[in-house]
Amino acid sequence: MNTSALILMLSAIVGITAVTGYFFIKVLRTKPKDEPDSYTDNDGQPR
Amino acid sequence: MNQTNQAWGSRIGLILAMAGNAVGFGNFLRFPVQAIQNGGGAFIIPYLVSFLILGLPLLFIEWSIGRYGGSRGFHSTPLMMQSMDRRRMWKYVGVFGLFCNIGIASYYCYLESWTLAYIFHSATGTFNGMNQHQVVQLFSDYVSIGKTTLIPFEPIVFFLICLGINVYILSKGLSGGVEKVAKIGMPLLILFGIILAIRAVTLKSGVDGAVYDSSVGLNFLWTPHFDSIYNPKVWFAAASQIFFTLSLGMGSIHAYSSYLKRKDDIALNAMSAGWMNEFVEVVLGGAIIIPIAVGYLGIDRVKELAAMGGLGLGFKTIPYLFSQWGHVIGAVAGVMWFGLLFFAGITSSLAMGTPVQGFLEDEFKWSRRKTALAFGGIILILGLPTILFFNQGVFDEYDYWTGSFALFVFAAFEAVLFAWFFGIKKGWEEINTGADIRVSRIFRFLIMWVTPVLLIIVFLGAVFTPVGNDWAAAFHGLFQGQGWIFDHGSVIGKLMNSGLKEQLASATDPGLIADIKYRILLTNLSRLLLVALFVGISLIVRKAYYKHKREGTI
Repeated sequence: MNTSALILMLSAIVGITAVTGYFFIKVLRTKPKDEPDSYTDNDGQPR
Repeated sequence: MNQTNQAWGSRIGLILAMAGNAVGFGNFLRFPVQAIQNGGGAFIIPYLVSFLILGLPLLFIEWSIGRYGGSRGFHSTPLMMQSMDRRRMWKYVGVFGLFCNIGIASYYCYLESWTLAYIFHSATGTFNGMNQHQVVQLFSDYVSIGKTTLIPFEPIVFFLICLGINVYILSKGLSGGVEKVAKIGMPLLILFGIILAIRAVTLKSGVDGAVYDSSVGLNFLWTPHFDSIYNPKVWFAAASQIFFTLSLGMGSIHAYSSYLKRKDDIALNAMSAGWMNEFVEVVLGGAIIIPIAVGYLGIDRVKELAAMGGLGLGFKTIPYLFSQWGHVIGAVAGVMWFGLLFFAGITSSLAMGTPVQGFLEDEFKWSRRKTALAFGGIILILGLPTILFFNQGVFDEYDYWTGSFALFVFAAFEAVLFAWFFGIKKGWEEINTGADIRVSRIFRFLIMWVTPVLLIIVFLGAVFTPVGNDWAAAFHGLFQGQGWIFDHGSVIGKLMNSGLKEQLASATDPGLIADIKYRILLTNLSRLLLVALFVGISLIVRKAYYKHKREGTI
């Protein structure tokens, strides 16, 4: 691949993957809100 | 207030369902084609800028309107939007949120059924031993009713199966149906995408019949032509791509978020789902179809195929290329590719059913099963013309008016409602209520000024698109007193049937003339059908509105 194409492709892939991962991990790490929240799977779970 | 027993099972389920709603065929078939036609690698710059100034603000707006409406007992946009401002027109603007979903689902389910059929054909080895022409012919036969492929009336059979699957899942409710499918479908889609992307980027010339290394295709896609950034056409293409890829202006995001409670986050959820869509589109979508197609066909042939749109590449070319990898690997790759497209499609079509179900449940107190059946019935009636008259352009007509034009109209109005009528102060508070991240105040400015203005510009651009989409030449011609020539694809060109009339004027063969006249007739009839659909929904919404007025619930 030529250098400019490679730099652009890698920057886009790394950048977008990193931001996507950052927000997804933030979702996973955020503590659920107090019940009643919008989600039924955690109903009745102790907090 | 309307009560619903529907709810999301988990936050991850909601995000995957929202991302699944956004991820569709366009991520894999439209994005790479747009990129190679609009500056190659440099396209990523206007694309990401559009994502930041148009996509993310609109995601915040739609999630906010949805949760706001849901907290008032409305799970579809007509009365949701009416509850935000006292002017009576908003409920009719909100009708677009039902109209778009019904209209798009009517042809989208057909498209989705192609992927099911092609999974079947890949698994059963139909493409083995076929040359490229035969694979193209199989597709042409498939979409021509009456021409036998393997199963008589195959497109109708697969359409009915596909519609049946959608109705069944929708009847199971949000957490029991839509969310379960998203939790299975999205990880599988990403897995299939990663496997195919690895296969595509490791393609070597001389191996499995490939003529070029994958690097040739990747160079073709990513080599930046920076001068393209100064071309308004490229910015218009980037803004449109962001618009379509995020499923904005449809009403489905509103419907999904209407099942959230007011204290629950929407800011982080919107960010996460939006960026997940970008990952699938840029990282996976950019790594599959172009490297494989160029590897076998070369750049010039791919340019020709891309000019006919991504669907041609996805369905007419890729099956043949996979068959070069041998019977077993070719079949597995085919099942993965069309499986990936199927999951991309079904997670989107389920999102199209949800607002319709929400409306029927809110206003008529119908059960989830009954609303799913009603949605299926409507899609069956409206979808059949797209199958029976596919080659006469009915499919394209639905796509243009409901999957393109109506989205711009609706998005422009909702941005204006949110920022200027509901008010940016209340709107900003709505976005930040329960937020798990601090939303930058830049978005407040963008939502107030940039997004509505940009959307109005994009909408006007679609209405007045000059011939060849060449704005610079069009303005130059206008100032030279040569007038403004509309592109056949502009809203005005479409309304005037200018493309078909041009074909008719140049046709000499009586058979061809009769064909074009028949096509014009069907085009006009399909438009009348869509207008009747819009008017019909408006009348039902009007009745529901006055019922709420009498009861004091709006």
